[in-house]
Amino acid sequence: MINRTIALAKYKGTFEQPDIFGYYGGFGGAYIPEMLYPNVEELKSRYLKIMYEDDFQKEFRALLKDYVGRPSPLYHAKRLSEKHGTTIFLKREDLNHTGAHKINNTIGQLLLARRLGKHRIIAETGAGQHGVATATVCALMDMQCVVYMGEKDIERQAPNVARMKMLGATVIPATSGSKTLKDATNEAIRDWINNPVDTHYIIGSVVGPHPYPDMVARFQSIISEEMRWQLKEHTGSEFPTHVVACVGGGSNAAGAFYHYLEEFAVQLVAVEAAGCGIRSGMSAATTQLGKAGILHGSKSLVMQTEDGQVVEPHSISAGLDYPGIGPLHAHLYETGRALFLSATDEEAIDAAFELTRLEGIIPALESAHAIAGLDQLKLTSKDTVVVCLSGRGDKDMAAYMKAMGE
Amino acid sequence: MNRIQQLFKTKSSGVLNIYCTAGYPQLDSTLKVMKALQDNGAGIIELGMPYSDPLADGPVIQESGGVALQNGMTLKVLFEQLKIMRNTAGSGITVPVILMGYMNPVLQYGFEKFCADASATGVDGLILPDLPIREFETEYGPVIRKYGLDFIFLVTPETPEERIRKIDALSTGFIYAVSSSSTTGKDKNFSEVELYLQKLQDMQLKNPVLVGFGIKDKITFQSACKYANGAIIGSAYIKALNENPAVGETTKKFLESILK
Repeated sequence: MINRTIALAKYKGTFEQPDIFGYYGGFGGAYIPEMLYPNVEELKSRYLKIMYEDDFQKEFRALLKDYVGRPSPLYHAKRLSEKHGTTIFLKREDLNHTGAHKINNTIGQLLLARRLGKHRIIAETGAGQHGVATATVCALMDMQCVVYMGEKDIERQAPNVARMKMLGATVIPATSGSKTLKDATNEAIRDWINNPVDTHYIIGSVVGPHPYPDMVARFQSIISEEMRWQLKEHTGSEFPTHVVACVGGGSNAAGAFYHYLEEFAVQLVAVEAAGCGIRSGMSAATTQLGKAGILHGSKSLVMQTEDGQVVEPHSISAGLDYPGIGPLHAHLYETGRALFLSATDEEAIDAAFELTRLEGIIPALESAHAIAGLDQLKLTSKDTVVVCLSGRGDKDMAAYMKAMGE
Repeated sequence: MNRIQQLFKTKSSGVLNIYCTAGYPQLDSTLKVMKALQDNGAGIIELGMPYSDPLADGPVIQESGGVALQNGMTLKVLFEQLKIMRNTAGSGITVPVILMGYMNPVLQYGFEKFCADASATGVDGLILPDLPIREFETEYGPVIRKYGLDFIFLVTPETPEERIRKIDALSTGFIYAVSSSSTTGKDKNFSEVELYLQKLQDMQLKNPVLVGFGIKDKITFQSACKYANGAIIGSAYIKALNENPAVGETTKKFLESILK
């Protein structure tokens, strides 16, 4: 901990942006086979220019407002605040169309894909939230949509599979390897290799080769952009003492942290999924269990065996069940800029019930990890905490019913 | 001059490079497979190091890697096996041997230690498709050179000419021309590819060129050889081993079907 504090004090770079090669400190880059080079290079050379053009921003902002329903409310959770003896605001990404923050990114990337002249969209999905968000926007914009999903996840997440199909997407089971999110990601990348000209790959998190981590973080940064002015309206200050978000790959956390990354007075708190416990062998807490390595095209922390084979993580929350973490977050961990906590499956379930009974909000299991993280912070009445409530709990009702013994 | 350069000096056309997966079909069949390949006419052996997430490979090769991992194959085990590879009393492998794999296991093993062990066991070159040019130039290339290993880059039909020139300048041994933008084991119309191979030939690169991906039989091998110094077969051979795991018999039959 001391080392990290010193490292942070000495740190002279910016946290918001990677360097021109896509590195956040020692993490990032584009470790891709030559077959992907033209696609990634095209994206790298054009994404910033396209996404900050006036007509792009106009279209993007209009869709976020009228289609997604932004700005999402910043809600003062009074009873939750009382329980923790502090002031807590919830950033209500769960109220977005399709029920989570994922759609901020899929709209942005789809508008970008159109301007790149692509007419076929591919995506990977774990629990199906990113797949649904992608299929939704493809329906809206009349694009062909193919979603790769692990065979095991297809069995576990039937309602989301049905939603994607109803939206017109083709859902292709990933049958290789462990048949879950990491394999769905492999299959999507292979599809992109085989269809280099007409296809854009919408990665759902701040992972993958440069420029994806930066591009997805920028699309999700609308979360903290709104938080700043909304918090000012509530409290008179744009700055909370803490911003808390759950981290799998880390896209909602990247969005919630983004406009506070250079404000060192704001404590950023990332909550990972400990699964059955960090030492249980059934966990997804990548910063605690991972080592530096290369997965899905970037250098980051990766859960792996000592022989460098990627291991299958475990979390009750399918959205946090990923053996890597975005390179930005690996850098925030390494430098001490963010505090990394973890919550077990059980703690997340308890937190979900607590939030539901205190505030009448049923959170997604992913977001419940962020709520569970509050118990580990020493909060006082002087603190102002913003928790990113990344998604709603409809998709997790089976797990919640099981917890109620039904 | 190493074995790869020696080979192309004496044989500038029709070089057959066969891919096999270390530890497949059995953990200890690595050298047996390599010997059978050499005895039946393979000019180069590309030995795959199995990985849980092989992005550039298709399902056939990934599955063989999965089996190899289940069998207990690791880099440590592999280098242990390869110790007697060049030993005349041992395996007596005399053809060039190239290790193909992905960066993550190599980084965990220790990049320099990996190069040192590869060199010490008699490996001639490396293919690491997810090692980018920039990181090769700044970090890893000098280590690879220090141990006298060749490094083989890939080019594809989508690679711009300027970049092909750069890749040619950085490569040693040969250049791996991916016959179409695809993962291994995919069928593509081969005639589409011929224009691109012709372009590569016209560029008069300093390195020999071997064509890979989509080469699966005598016809595709011979078409590739018209434009390049040879070709690489992977999935089709692994598929043959899948169907009949009797290494000697399968390898003899398979190579005869290509070369005879």
